[in-house]
Amino acid sequence: MNLAYYPGCALHGSSNDYEQSLRACLGALEVELKEIDDWICCGATAAHSLNQKLSVALPARNLALAENKGFREMLAPCPMCSMQLLKARKALAEDEALRRSMSEIVELEVRGDTQVLNLIQLFERIGLDRLKAAVKAPLDSICAACYYGCLLTRPASVVEFDDSEQPRSMEKILEALGGKTVDWNYRTECCGAGMTMANEQTVLDLSHKILSDAAAHGANCLVVACPMCHVNLDMKQPDIERHYGVRHAMPIYYLSDVVGLALGFKPEALGVNRHFICSADLKVSTADADLKAGAVGKA
Amino acid sequence: MAAGMDTPPSRLIRLLQLGHAKRALEAQAIWQCVSCQTCATRCPKSVDCAGVMDALRQLSAERGVATPKQQRTVLFQKAFLRNIRRNGRLNELELIGEFKFSTFLHGRSLSFLFKDATLAPQLMKRKKFHLVGEKAHDRAVVARIFARCMDNSLL
Repeated sequence: MNLAYYPGCALHGSSNDYEQSLRACLGALEVELKEIDDWICCGATAAHSLNQKLSVALPARNLALAENKGFREMLAPCPMCSMQLLKARKALAEDEALRRSMSEIVELEVRGDTQVLNLIQLFERIGLDRLKAAVKAPLDSICAACYYGCLLTRPASVVEFDDSEQPRSMEKILEALGGKTVDWNYRTECCGAGMTMANEQTVLDLSHKILSDAAAHGANCLVVACPMCHVNLDMKQPDIERHYGVRHAMPIYYLSDVVGLALGFKPEALGVNRHFICSADLKVSTADADLKAGAVGKA
Repeated sequence: MAAGMDTPPSRLIRLLQLGHAKRALEAQAIWQCVSCQTCATRCPKSVDCAGVMDALRQLSAERGVATPKQQRTVLFQKAFLRNIRRNGRLNELELIGEFKFSTFLHGRSLSFLFKDATLAPQLMKRKKFHLVGEKAHDRAVVARIFARCMDNSLL
């Protein structure tokens, strides 16, 4: 798998725990990540809120950087990045005049033919059977509410992934790893995304509802595949608890955390100990206490 | 998300159909919107409401007509883009500082200025924050891309 890797700003910033766990998992599964040389920010919500052309140009530059190195596929583990990349890719693929003008703007020829994968898609590509075969510590104490949020499945015409109302792809992965999942109502509701600073109250309201619904349906943790979802549900949880007077104490895992735990990594090797909400109570079985993260990586 | 808006997406579309662009631009909703794409995904008439929201925000910023309540979000998005234009990649610490400072200049709220002051040490303890952020090497090309796409004075 000749896979380009677009980390995006979050994974090289305050969500570096996400990068730590996905690097550990993919290393163990022998998937090599080739980081795109001198990638730039995708522009996120700020670009599409303030300037349409810029919201295509910034992702187009990154697509061009990958294309010009001969990559056909790119992993973008942040759904904001992957959606922006896919949106630009679609617009470019459909419009020759746009390809020409964007190639001039970004100073590189861009065709818009690189496939962009989110992390769930990459695990699907690796294969549930292969994941299942690699399990060293089944997730038998996990009863997860799989949370997709907004941009993993929306807009459907752009991301073309799973079902935008009733997605099941993360549940299938969790179940292949020996975990249980719950049926619940807020799996595709938004957590407030990048409004953590600009509009905190919205984030607290939305995230409180998500956490409450997951708990009401018997989940003992949430599993996410987005750095912004993680920030809002994990880092803001103490604020949510103060604001509503409700103690959720709900651990929030990245998808790569739970895959990594099942592959036998210790929580510390995945950066789980750097989350705000401690998941010590969950007693995730790490089948062999002596199993060293490094040993698994080489296995 | 529509439940928390003063003017839900369906009503914004109706306002525009009836030619009330000014009222649409004054709605808190356009800057409350978190771009979750739910409205566009569920619209029975396949209206790209989220795209319309983007267009309204762009107009609002270009014309400088954001209401005082909308300003905080506008200031955040502008600080975000200035940060990328300068660094090529987002420097979170700088962004927070710049956003807090610009909102302070705007509204003089001391409580908002210091509200998240305790967050930085907590993030640092978890090694989630670096004092020196990452930058793209070729920042000149980023600045040129910005200049070709937008009026730089807007930021």
